[in-house]
Amino acid sequence: MYDVIVIGAGPAGANAALTAEHYGLNVLLIDEGSDAGGQVWRVKSKSILSAPVTETSLKGDKLRQRVKSSEVDILFETRVWQIEQNEEHVWQLGLQGVCERSSVSGKALIIATGAQERVIPLNGWTLPGVYGLAGATALFKEHMILPGKNTVVAGSGPLVFFVASEIIRLGGTLSAVVTLNSRFEWLKAAAEMISKPGLLWQGVKWVFKLHIKGIPLHWQSALSSINGNEYVQDVDIIKTTKYGYLKRKLNVLVEADSVCLGHGLIPAIEATRLAGADHHYDETLGGWVPTIDQCGRTTVKYLYACGDNAGILGVQAAPYRGELSAIAAVEDLTGSTSETINHHNKALKSLGEEAAFGIAATALTIPKNGLIENIGKNVEVCRCEGITREEIEIELIKGSVSPNSIKSGTRCGMGPCGGRFCSESLAMITESITNQSREEIGLPTARPPLRPVSMDEISDELDYDELPIPGVSPL
Amino acid sequence: MGCGTALRASEGGMNTIIIDQSDMGQGASGVNAGTLSMQIKRVKLMPYAIKGHDMWQKMGQEVDFHKTGGYTLAFNDREADLLHDRMTMKKEAGANISFVSPAILQEKEPSLAQKIVAASYCPDDGYANSSLTGQYYRKRITQLGINYMENTKITQINETSTGYEILSGENRIQTKRILFACGGWLKEAVSLIGEDIPVNARVNTVSVTERAPRLMNSVIGHATGLLTMKQKNNGTVLIGGGWQGIGKPSEGRGKVVMDSLIPNLQLAKFAAPKLAKVRIVRSWTGFEANVPDFYPLAGKLGKRDNAFILGCVRGGYTIGPYISSLMGDYILGKEPEMPLFDPSRKFEQGKLI
Repeated sequence: MYDVIVIGAGPAGANAALTAEHYGLNVLLIDEGSDAGGQVWRVKSKSILSAPVTETSLKGDKLRQRVKSSEVDILFETRVWQIEQNEEHVWQLGLQGVCERSSVSGKALIIATGAQERVIPLNGWTLPGVYGLAGATALFKEHMILPGKNTVVAGSGPLVFFVASEIIRLGGTLSAVVTLNSRFEWLKAAAEMISKPGLLWQGVKWVFKLHIKGIPLHWQSALSSINGNEYVQDVDIIKTTKYGYLKRKLNVLVEADSVCLGHGLIPAIEATRLAGADHHYDETLGGWVPTIDQCGRTTVKYLYACGDNAGILGVQAAPYRGELSAIAAVEDLTGSTSETINHHNKALKSLGEEAAFGIAATALTIPKNGLIENIGKNVEVCRCEGITREEIEIELIKGSVSPNSIKSGTRCGMGPCGGRFCSESLAMITESITNQSREEIGLPTARPPLRPVSMDEISDELDYDELPIPGVSPL
Repeated sequence: MGCGTALRASEGGMNTIIIDQSDMGQGASGVNAGTLSMQIKRVKLMPYAIKGHDMWQKMGQEVDFHKTGGYTLAFNDREADLLHDRMTMKKEAGANISFVSPAILQEKEPSLAQKIVAASYCPDDGYANSSLTGQYYRKRITQLGINYMENTKITQINETSTGYEILSGENRIQTKRILFACGGWLKEAVSLIGEDIPVNARVNTVSVTERAPRLMNSVIGHATGLLTMKQKNNGTVLIGGGWQGIGKPSEGRGKVVMDSLIPNLQLAKFAAPKLAKVRIVRSWTGFEANVPDFYPLAGKLGKRDNAFILGCVRGGYTIGPYISSLMGDYILGKEPEMPLFDPSRKFEQGKLI
């Protein structure tokens, strides 16, 4: 049995694992990727033999080297599908993937599953050629592949500019960049971000690059629709009010074969929910977050959350959050020492300095009310099951008010993704019709597996006579 | 069952309100595997199950009812004997059950395992989609103009000279009569008026797969009752069998545990080997309330004239609509068509074979 198991080897999780190992604990680090780095410092695909060195590749390589040379046990290309805690508070995880073990147990569990992206649907968003902004960055980082020959980048927050800048760097063509944010919102954010002048300057450079290349940059605008028969052919760009409502008369048609679209990152909370932690809604942190103390202790004993899954604070804050969670686990398991206390104080101070930047960036992506009006009646909200906005609205009008009830009535969120991609839009539609707050609307019941898992992956051949028959039902 | 009783009482002219701590139809009736099988009903409850089945059939498309026929499988001689004894008694109780040879089964259900020793068949068996229970009842209740309050937890019940006063936060509801139909939460609910009944809750596990090619046409069961399987029209396969998760109703929803989920899935894979490559998309649990003799509670609560209880119906998904109509009649002061089950009886321990 491990002292500490960490799920997720991004900057938060990997640093948590390294910190726990530093204090002499027996640590296991699990990640579905092929190496450490997470989404932000994503490792290059093995098929790429050489690539230009960038700041993120350097940071990622450094982290991977630290993990490799540590005593931390590693399970890469492995997913956790089930999380259980027994009466003695021991964690038991069900595993799937290349690892030979089907389960593993540990005393403390640190969850560092990061963020996922929010894409608010609009007409045409399911056409081939439409990518999420974060999904596009994964393509760039891991495979150095461009989304198309001629791309429109649209959405909110800093990722819009990062994706645009990466497309240029990798030799692609941009036909337009469309940001929901106004210049004023950016200026306001910049004032908050001033504590990190380096990062701020990087953002300014991204925008400057677009100007030099003569790429049309649409501030406070949105795509009203993505058009095409079998693939993306063009998009309609429209000015919005500051609340994101479309100003119907001012649209521009722009040709493109691909679109990168995203509305910020939200915490990936399935694992902390399955583990039984309490969660609450905080839009400044990206939405639903586990309720934690400043070190990442959740409401469940020996369960910790760090990194963007505990609230979107970004990559700068992540390593310190990882360290703090690991220190909390170390102190809870073995008691505190002057070293852990000093370390805690130092990491907490650094976290405070870094968090302001992340919060300012996240503020730019808080969904604007108007966006919900841009989801047309016939737009598929749940892609797995093909459920449209209209079907959801009809269910709401019939009297379903909770996500569980709407899910039962429509199948919205019942497909293979488990509602990961539609629950945010579903809640926004519910909010607009029932006037409940997001906290009141709540979340659907957490259910395993965390990702679809085949029976072969989790169960061996049955020795029929060994089957534990627990007693026959009464006649 | 609460909704079913409310419909009947309201049709009989009573002013009725439904109060639920969660969403309508999201307890056991909304999360079970949806099996409507005569082969897994208790002998003594068979007449109720037959009536209940008819009611599901009438609800039809609205609850995604399908009469597919059902097979119950035995994989060794011990199970074959068990199957023979049990199904013979259920047949005598009125279920349309026959025995089929493995060769015929093979022809009808070619994707099932070759290792089947014996099987029984009931043409009436089928399933409905339990997810639609809440939707169905909400529609009926709205049509009849019955009041309902969802996500309303009752915090206190006071006895008054005219009946009961129900408190939930700021809300106060006066009622002459009260019915407790709280499934797994019955014990906590009746304790609000100082009653104690020996209700336990089983924590049944259900899983559903992604959409798969056609693997089975009928509802599949196992001689021990430890497996139910059906493939819906959309290709997803529902797998149940009463494998036990953990948790108590008082602590919220139950939890799936690998120790029971994995043998459940192994048994499914053993019965239908092609399931091996199909992915499980969701597993969950539902509370099935029972008393020690595994027979329903349906009647007056304790010595009270105006408090009633309905629950712990073994096979409650199938029987629920019918027994709740009996309950409605009883509350209306009419003689029910079939006898109810006195909640004040002495409970003998149910025999497990």
